[in-house]
Amino acid sequence: MHVTALLLSRLQFAFTISFHIIFPSFTIGVAAWLTFLEILYQATGRPTYRVVFEFWLKIFAVAFGIGVVTGIVMAFQFGMNWSVLARLAGPIQGPLISYETFSAFFLEASFFGILLFARSRVPPWFYLISTAMVALGTTLSAYWIMVNNSWMQVPTGYVVANGVFTPTSWMRILFNPVVWVRFPHMLLASYLAGTFSVAATGAWYVLRREFNAEARVMLHMGLYLAAMLLPIQLFFGHMVGGYVHDRQPVKFAAIEGRWHDEQPASEILIALPDSTSETNRYEIKVPVLGSLIGSLSFHSKEVGLTDFPRADRPPMAVPFFAFRIMVGCGIAMLLIAWLGTYLSRKGRLEQNRVLMWLTFLSFPLPFIAILTGWFTAEVGRQPWTIYGVLRTGDAVTPILTTSTALISLLVYCVVYIVIGTFGALFIYRMLLAGPGSVLTLPPVASFPRQPMSLADDFAHGK
Amino acid sequence: MINFWVSVLALSILLYVLLDGFDLGIGILYGLARTDRTRRALMSAVAPVWDGNETWLIVSGVVLWGAFPIVYATLFSAFYLPLLFMLAGLVLRGVAFEFRNKARHLPWVWDTAFAGGSLVAAFMQGTMVGALVHGLPILNGNYAGGEFSWLSPFSLLCGAGLCFGYALLGACWLVRKSEGDIQNNCFRLIPTLSLASLAVLAVVLLLALSENLRVLGRWVERPYLFSFPLLGIVAGVALVLSVRRRFERTPFYLVAATFSAAFGTFAVSFWPYIIPFGITIDEAAAPHSSLAFMFWGEGLFVLPLMLAYTAISYRVFRGKVGANSVYH
Repeated sequence: MHVTALLLSRLQFAFTISFHIIFPSFTIGVAAWLTFLEILYQATGRPTYRVVFEFWLKIFAVAFGIGVVTGIVMAFQFGMNWSVLARLAGPIQGPLISYETFSAFFLEASFFGILLFARSRVPPWFYLISTAMVALGTTLSAYWIMVNNSWMQVPTGYVVANGVFTPTSWMRILFNPVVWVRFPHMLLASYLAGTFSVAATGAWYVLRREFNAEARVMLHMGLYLAAMLLPIQLFFGHMVGGYVHDRQPVKFAAIEGRWHDEQPASEILIALPDSTSETNRYEIKVPVLGSLIGSLSFHSKEVGLTDFPRADRPPMAVPFFAFRIMVGCGIAMLLIAWLGTYLSRKGRLEQNRVLMWLTFLSFPLPFIAILTGWFTAEVGRQPWTIYGVLRTGDAVTPILTTSTALISLLVYCVVYIVIGTFGALFIYRMLLAGPGSVLTLPPVASFPRQPMSLADDFAHGK
Repeated sequence: MINFWVSVLALSILLYVLLDGFDLGIGILYGLARTDRTRRALMSAVAPVWDGNETWLIVSGVVLWGAFPIVYATLFSAFYLPLLFMLAGLVLRGVAFEFRNKARHLPWVWDTAFAGGSLVAAFMQGTMVGALVHGLPILNGNYAGGEFSWLSPFSLLCGAGLCFGYALLGACWLVRKSEGDIQNNCFRLIPTLSLASLAVLAVVLLLALSENLRVLGRWVERPYLFSFPLLGIVAGVALVLSVRRRFERTPFYLVAATFSAAFGTFAVSFWPYIIPFGITIDEAAAPHSSLAFMFWGEGLFVLPLMLAYTAISYRVFRGKVGANSVYH
């Protein structure tokens, strides 16, 4: 492939946003779980809930910090690398992203500080509300991002006048039906990221025979919640597939690995797509299932990728495989969560060391599913940046040269690897130190805007 | 609507320059600190507020994008490299706050990241301001320059000038927040830094005269503009007096006033252009429906809350920071 500023900009965007999305999805999930825990704590008064709450709050703080820092880069990158997109769609995307920034700041400013430092200074009901507000804030952030991205997938509510995109109906942009299947899908994915991180940590402590009471809460609650969320997530996943089928047929054909029209269509489980011969190799498929999934019918005709001119097709391999990895992760999570819940009801979850190991090792699954899900959505939208309206190749900054784009890609790689390595190291230290030492923390009256600094106190058991 | 958003933009940029200015300045002075105790005191003086300060940079960025997308797209792509290095500098110095005290080995890596990141970020900001004053090639509302159009002796000089200016702001903040020998050193640094800033400013002005920059014509057309530098001069004189008398609180306000005067000069000289002599505010503004959408939510409700929050957090962290009170 020829290396161009366009290719490097795309790589840079993919790298920076993939790195970034891990942290917000974790914090969205953990914030919701913290709210749930705080309700349980206040309802039952069980100190274990409180210990677990404090423990995950500190980890939340570190992840939140990294999410904020890497988010700054995102806010600049649209103008720097994608100036044509920023200029044309700015009147729509700019306000949406600015709402995201403002709601994120509002959350951080008013309630996060209370969460970290004011437990003893506010009444319990207010503390609970603050926790819920932080969860609401992370959710709102996700909402604005999903509105923005959904507008790029299915643009609506605007006209183009003199080359400028003018929003005509914010209601249609904000309440785009596509938003209301993709936003819950992302939200549930984040909740799963939270529950699996929690359950995996619990399993880890069980395997290490440490922090018994806390480990039990994490493990059981994490798996129970995941077991309940996963079927709902599958449902919303199916709904997202429905919008792709109806609104982005070319992406749907790529995901399905379908090169040619079929009636009734079969469902390809796995294959190796070959774009030169426009066929699949090593194909394993189930007849009729493709029509059933696509149109809920036994004999519908489903379109193939070759119906579309080559210039309008995404590269099939990425959405095809990314989608299968995502679904695979989902099924693996479902099996672990349901088996775990079953054993938990039988009262012999902790004794099953194989499942403990599986649960412990499952913590990357929701994150892999989130990343591959986004690869499917974003690569599947190619060659468009705004679907059907603006091509990615036309959106890139015209004056950007290959060497400059290469410099920036390298700079971001180095900086992010430094942040990622140290961030991971600190989170690991906190997990290793475990939830025991939390309540002996001195009341930190000093600096509410220093989330990461807590990691240290914590790791040293101060 | 346009006036509202251009005011918000101006306010958030000015707040950013003043607030992150002093904390970047302290980062620059950090590079000069010789002892570990001084370094810790310097970090502690900004630790609780730095990320709040940087929020105003992001606010400026997204308001620019939403309300003036043409400016966002034009400037951010024209300033690709300076912005890249500014961001890298800001991120590295930001994480240095967190990692400096946790690092079990190699603390100098984080010391360098903190001082170097601050210096690079300040220099790049000054360079971009310089490039704006110097003029970017704009033809019929489109950017007609290349990747390095920002680069000129003039803009680099402005970069150096802003480093001195931020260091001056930082020293004044430290005078307020510290005691003992650190405070003494800062009192001693203020005249030096003021002179350095002034010297750079003088050279910048001479360069501008020799290149006959269009902005100077503006000054002849609009003589009332001289009231801003006049205000700056008054503040400068007051600064000298207050340093002599060793007032602790006034120097920061006076330098802040000087910065505001410079900012005002800048804004009024170019009015009604938002990119000097290329694109006007009205040309750059997003359609009314975009501006109104932003106004009725974030403009009317969230922005006042953010301003109030900023004020409250500065109240909470008022007072001296001892060298021994490690912030973390």
